[in-house]
Amino acid sequence: MAGTGIGARVMRKEDFRFITGKGNYTDDINRPGQAHAYFLRSPHAHAKIRKIDTAKAAAMPGVVAIFTGADIEADKVGGLICGWMIHSKDGTPMKAGAHPALAVGKVRYVGDHVAVVIAETLAEARDAAEAILVDYEPLKPVVDLASATKKGSPVIHDAAPDNQVYDWHLGDEAAVKAAFKKAKHVTKIDLVNNRLIPNAMEPRAAIGDYNSGEEAFTLYTTSQNPHVARLVLSAFIGIAPEHKLRVIAPDVGGGFGSKIFIYAEETICVWAAKKVGRPVKWVADRTEEFLAIAHGRDHLTHAEMAIDENGRILGLHVKTRANLGAYLSTFASSVPTYLYVPLLSGQYNIPAIYGEVEAVYTNTAPVDAYRGAGRPEATFVIERLMEVAARELGMDPAAFRKKNFIKSFPHQTPVIMCYDTGDYNASLAKAMEIHDVKGFARRKRESAKAGKLRGLGYSAYIEACGIAPSAAVGSLGAGVGLWESAEVRVNPVGTVEVLTGSHSHGQGHETTFAQLVAGRLGIPIENVAIVHGDTDKVQMGMGTYGSRSGAVGMSAIVKALDKVEAKAKKVASFVLEAAEADIDFKDGKFSVKGTDKSIDFASVALQAYVAHKFTGEQLEPGLKEGAFYDPTNFTFPSGVHIAEVEIDPDTGVTTIAKWTAVDDFGVIINPMIVEGQVHGGIAQGIGQALLEGAVYDANGQLLTASYMDYAMPRADDLPSFRVDHTTTPCLSNPLGIKGCGEAGAIAAPAAVMNAITDALGHENIAMPATPQAVWQAAQAGLARAAE
Amino acid sequence: MYAFDFHRPATLRQANNLVGKVEDAKILAGGQTLLPTMKQRLASPAAVIDLSGVPELVGIEQKGRNLVIGAMTSHAEVASSALVRAALPGLAALAAGIGDPHVRHKGTIGGSIANNDPAADYPAGLLALGATIVTNRRKIPAGDFFTGMFSTALDEGEIITKVIVPTGAKFAYAKFRNPASRYAMVGVAVGKKGSSVVVAVTGAGSDGVFRWADAEAALGKRFNAKSLDGIKNPAAKELNSDIHASAEYRSHLIGVMARRAVTAATAK
Repeated sequence: MAGTGIGARVMRKEDFRFITGKGNYTDDINRPGQAHAYFLRSPHAHAKIRKIDTAKAAAMPGVVAIFTGADIEADKVGGLICGWMIHSKDGTPMKAGAHPALAVGKVRYVGDHVAVVIAETLAEARDAAEAILVDYEPLKPVVDLASATKKGSPVIHDAAPDNQVYDWHLGDEAAVKAAFKKAKHVTKIDLVNNRLIPNAMEPRAAIGDYNSGEEAFTLYTTSQNPHVARLVLSAFIGIAPEHKLRVIAPDVGGGFGSKIFIYAEETICVWAAKKVGRPVKWVADRTEEFLAIAHGRDHLTHAEMAIDENGRILGLHVKTRANLGAYLSTFASSVPTYLYVPLLSGQYNIPAIYGEVEAVYTNTAPVDAYRGAGRPEATFVIERLMEVAARELGMDPAAFRKKNFIKSFPHQTPVIMCYDTGDYNASLAKAMEIHDVKGFARRKRESAKAGKLRGLGYSAYIEACGIAPSAAVGSLGAGVGLWESAEVRVNPVGTVEVLTGSHSHGQGHETTFAQLVAGRLGIPIENVAIVHGDTDKVQMGMGTYGSRSGAVGMSAIVKALDKVEAKAKKVASFVLEAAEADIDFKDGKFSVKGTDKSIDFASVALQAYVAHKFTGEQLEPGLKEGAFYDPTNFTFPSGVHIAEVEIDPDTGVTTIAKWTAVDDFGVIINPMIVEGQVHGGIAQGIGQALLEGAVYDANGQLLTASYMDYAMPRADDLPSFRVDHTTTPCLSNPLGIKGCGEAGAIAAPAAVMNAITDALGHENIAMPATPQAVWQAAQAGLARAAE
Repeated sequence: MYAFDFHRPATLRQANNLVGKVEDAKILAGGQTLLPTMKQRLASPAAVIDLSGVPELVGIEQKGRNLVIGAMTSHAEVASSALVRAALPGLAALAAGIGDPHVRHKGTIGGSIANNDPAADYPAGLLALGATIVTNRRKIPAGDFFTGMFSTALDEGEIITKVIVPTGAKFAYAKFRNPASRYAMVGVAVGKKGSSVVVAVTGAGSDGVFRWADAEAALGKRFNAKSLDGIKNPAAKELNSDIHASAEYRSHLIGVMARRAVTAATAK
C-alpha cells in the first residue's frame, strides 16, 4: 500500500533520534544537585539479618545518607505489592509474604536489597557500601523447585509455612476424568519450562526528585506503564498522593515485561529524594539486572492428553508447579494461572480441560511476566503434546493438528476463552507450502549423507492478547482495569498531538499510531505527534504489555478520532453553511453532499479555535477529544511456525536450517514493524529453546549472572526467517487488530524442540537444548538405535 | 573500579623504567580482560601502565623463516595481515576468531599470552607453532612460557616485546565455542613441521593449555585425521567441568576438534 496510512511500510519516525544518539533515556537525564544511589545486596540466598552497622560507611567521603529496612519501617513506607489475587482450590487467598523495599530482618535471595547508600558519586556510594557491616545468620535456602514444599523445608515467609503461594485450578475435573476413561490412547509428557532472565538493551534506572516548595515528587523511571507505577507508589506504597507524584517514563530501551513491575529501586529513589533533599539517581549495572530483575517462566509440568480411536482429542489434564521466587512481584500470581491455563486449548477443539497449578516460593529472584507471560508456557505444553501424540499414534503431526483444529467460530473453550475468529487450516497450509514441507524427506537424506540429523517441528500457537476486558479480569482477581485511554488534540493549524496511555519502548508507536491518525484525518504523518510516558501529560493509562497497544490503545484513539470527526463536522457545517447531516469527510476534506463546496481539515481546525462562524450557544470552541476504550473480548492472534533443524551428532550443535512463520494478526498497521516484532520474538523463543537458562547452585548463588555464562541469542545463531501472514480481522475491536508483539516468543520454543526431538528420534531432552544436552541425547539415541 | 594511577609510556625504555619503579602496577596491553575485571572490582592495582603509546611494540615483519609479531599488535591486525595470511593462514584464522570485533581491535597478542586465560586461543596456537616469546630480558620458548592457568614464566617487571613464529608448518586451529561467552570451550591447535607434530589443547584443561602426547605420536606417524581413530581422548579427570560442558563432553570434543584441525591443516 502506498502512502502512510494503515498497511503502509512507513519507516519508524523515532529511529532518527535513536540512531543518532539523541534519544532521551533515564540515564541521559541529570537533575541539578543529584546524588547517586548504590544498593548493597544480599550475598546470601537466605539469611537472618542480625545487625547492620553503617557507622563506618556513613563517615566515608561523599556519603549523603545510608538507609536500611529500619528507615523504611520508621517512615511507614508500604511494601511492594502483587496486584492479582489468586484463590486456592480450597477457597483460601494466596499467601503473600511481606515485600519491603529494603530487607527487614531477613534476606530471601542473592541480590535482595539490604541497604542503599546515597553519595555524591556512584564510586563513593559503592566504596561506602563495601564498608557497611552486615551480621548475617545464614539459613538453609530453598532452591530446587521440585522439592520446595517438601515437609521440613526451610520457611521463606511466615505467611506461607510450606512455601506454597497457592494451589489453584481451572476447568472441569470430572469431565476430564470421564474423557480419560473413554480414551483409546493417552499421551503423557513431563516438561521443564526453563527460567529466563530478561535482558533489555537498557538496564533499569530511576531518578527520584522532590520539590519541597510544591511538596511534589517526580520519578523518572524505565517503566512500561508509568501510570500504574504512580498508582501503586501512591495508593499502596504511600509515597505521595497521585496529584503530588509525577511519573515520567521517557525513552525506554526495551522491556519484554520486565519493566511492567514496580521495583524496590525506584521506590527507594523517589522516597529518598525527599529524605536527603536532593534528586537521587540509580542506574542498574548488568550484574544487578541478572540478580534482581524479575525473571521469567520456570515451570515443571506433567501433562496428559486423552485421544479417541479416530485421533480426536477428548481431554487434557495439566499439572504445573510454578516458581515465583522469593517475593511476589507485581503481576506474578496471574502469569501461571489466568495467563496460562486458559490458553491450553490451543487451536484445538478439546471438550474437557483441567489445569492445576501450584505456585511456590524459593530463595531465587522474583519471577513475573516475560514476553508472552504464561502463553509461551501453555503453547509449549499443548504443542509438545500434539507432536508427541501424533508420533505415538503414527500420524503425521500436521494431519493430527488439522483433524483437531477448531473450525467454527465463535468457539467457547472449556477454560474461559471465547475465540472470536480464525482460520487455522489456512495458516497451516500456507506455512507448509512456503516451507516446502514436501521437500523435507529429500533434505533429511542429504543431511544424513553429511553425517547430520535433520528434523522438522511445528508449532500451531494461539495467544490471548489485547489484554483485557476490565470486568472480566476483575472477576478473576485483577486489581486494575485493563482499558486504555487516548486524547486527540488538534492544534489551530491542523497539526495533531495524540496523548496515549500506551507506552512505547521499542514497539514503534510513534509511527504506527501516527499512521492511524494521519490516514483517518487525511493529514501528513509529519503533522502527527504521539505523546506518552508522562503522567502530567497523559491523565491516565494502563501501559504496554500483553500485545495490547494496537488492539486496545489504538482502539481508544479511534474512539477519540470519532469524536474529533463529529465535532469537526459541526464546525464545518457552520463554515460551509450546510446542515451537519450533509457534511461528508473524506481524504482530509469536509464537503457538502451534492455540491463542490469543501474545506480542508486544517481550515476546520482553525475555525474551531477562532470560533467566528458559530456562537458559544451553538457550539463549544476548540477541537480536542478524549476517550477510554475497554475491550469486549481478548484478541486471539494465532499462526503456525515450522522449524527445521540440523544436528551435528559429533558436537551436539543444532543449526536452525529453515524457519517459516505464518501468523494471523488480523489487520496489520505497519508490516515492516510487525515483521520486526516477529523476528525479535522468534529470536527470544529460539534463545529459550537452545541457549538461555538461569542456573542457581544448591546454595542459591546465581551461576548465570553475566554474559560469560548466560547465553543470549546472537545474530549468527539465527537463520533468515520466512515470515508471512493470513488474515481474519479481529471482531472485537474497531480496527480488526489482534496484536503481534509476543507471537514469536510464544510459538518458537515448541517448534524448535519438536524439530530437535524429530531429528533425535526420541523425546528425552529439555530446554535449553545446548550442544552438550543435544550431544548427550544424540548419543543416547544412537545407542538405542544400535540395540 | 577503584582509583588508580595511570601511566602511558611513549617508548619501551620508559615502560621498562616504570615497571621497575611503580609499585603494584598492572600492564595494560589492550585491556580486554584487565579492564572488565577492574570494573567489577575483582582487580584493584594501584597503577596501570598502558603500553598502547609504544610504537615499537606494534607491527608484523617477516624475518627470514620467521614472522615477528610485536606484542601490542592487535588480533585484528594479525587476522588481516597479508604476511600472516600468506605464511600461516591458520594463525590469521585463529586471530580472526578471537572474541568479537571490539575485542579483536583492542586486544593484543602480548596481552593475551601474558594473561594465559585457560580458554584463550593464542596459547594453543603458539605452542603448536613452536613460537618463541621475546621479553625485555630474554627469549622464552612457548613450551616453557605457559606454566598453568593464568600463570606464565614471566617475572615481575618483565614485558613481552614480541613473538617469533616459525613459518613453514602445516597448522590449523579448531575451536568449539562456549555458547555464552564464545571463549574456547575446547580449542585444538595442530602444527606439523617436518616429522614433529604438536597438538595443543585450550579451554579444556584444568590447569590451562596442554599438549596431547598420544595424538602427537599418532599424527607423527601419519598426519591424517584417521590416525586419531583408536586413540583415547584425554582423560576426563584432567579436564574442566562446568554448567556448559562436563569433563566427559570436553574430552569427546577434544577428539572431534583435533580431527577437524588436522583436516584443515592438510587441506589444499
